[in-house]
Amino acid sequence: MFNPLQNTNRRISPSVLFLVAVTFLLPASSGMAEYADVVLNRHAEAEGVRPVIYPHWFHRIRFRCKVCHHELGFEMKVGANDITMAAILDGKFCGMCHNEETAWGLEHCHRCHSGLPGLKTGIRGGDKAGGPGDY
Amino acid sequence: MRTVTIPFLFAVTLLAVTLCVTPSQTQAAAAGVGADAKATEASQPPPVATPEQAATKAKGANTFNRLMKPKSERNPAQAADGIHDPDNPGTPQLQPPKEAFSSLATSNAGNYINWVQSLKTNAVSPRYDRLDPNAEALILDLDIVREVKGSMPDVVYPHDRHTAWLDCSNCHPDIFIPEKGKNTISMAQILMGQKCGVCHGKVAFPVSECRLCHSKPKATAAKPK
Repeated sequence: MFNPLQNTNRRISPSVLFLVAVTFLLPASSGMAEYADVVLNRHAEAEGVRPVIYPHWFHRIRFRCKVCHHELGFEMKVGANDITMAAILDGKFCGMCHNEETAWGLEHCHRCHSGLPGLKTGIRGGDKAGGPGDY
Repeated sequence: MRTVTIPFLFAVTLLAVTLCVTPSQTQAAAAGVGADAKATEASQPPPVATPEQAATKAKGANTFNRLMKPKSERNPAQAADGIHDPDNPGTPQLQPPKEAFSSLATSNAGNYINWVQSLKTNAVSPRYDRLDPNAEALILDLDIVREVKGSMPDVVYPHDRHTAWLDCSNCHPDIFIPEKGKNTISMAQILMGQKCGVCHGKVAFPVSECRLCHSKPKATAAKPK
């Protein structure tokens, strides 16, 4: 796992420098995630890839809510969908569309696995009414 | 190392000289008329501060609207949004929100997009079916008026705007029992992410937009004199 405290030798890796720069030089840009962006990180980082970021706004321009939340069976609750790459490869969840037919396929790992290390699973950008939220 | 430095310095000097001597200056120098140069200077409008400059004018601790997000900072590109990794090779391939939103109706909260209006005017045409781009939505035109206990105007729930996006089974019967008088709804529940708060405050407009739901004045409300 990524842990800056374990970096005991004098050479600081560029990624650490970058994270420090992001944290201290650009405070206004943190927590500006687009409303309803979803971070999926139950399995991703444990499996050695970046967390997934699902942009609701991009998808709702192209599909009504009911397509995913009724036809595809995505539960409208954080943590209620156990999404694994194996399931997606079997044509479930994201794999219902991301199959090189309806949408681009699974070889474009970095388009979804695009989050910063250490992000927690959950819905983002709800700056006005997030609340603890069961859903 | 030194062999590289000298040509580099030469190139930089050459570039600086080229940039300093602009065509207009060259002409003026060739004509040898100072008045021409003065006239050009006078005809240029005085520098006007852009709204951005005016906003950043008050530096330090006491800036204007300290806690309010300026419009220029809304809908940032992925690389600057604080959750995407700018070093990730896929991040620059993603469509920036501002580009996608440029032709949509705007609002005051959430994505700052009025999604209902954008759908109504066909600014967006999201599929109602995963595979069939021509599938028509099944719209239920039925308004439910909920009399509220407090002093706020009553709530009007429009089925038509919700069924344009959702299926009946998204809400019934898990979130709302489809029977009059069977559902108790409070703002506390909504803020905790239950009832309307399953979507409103997460993906649909947040509860800061009180009057979009509390829209029907009470019949008994005192009228202003």
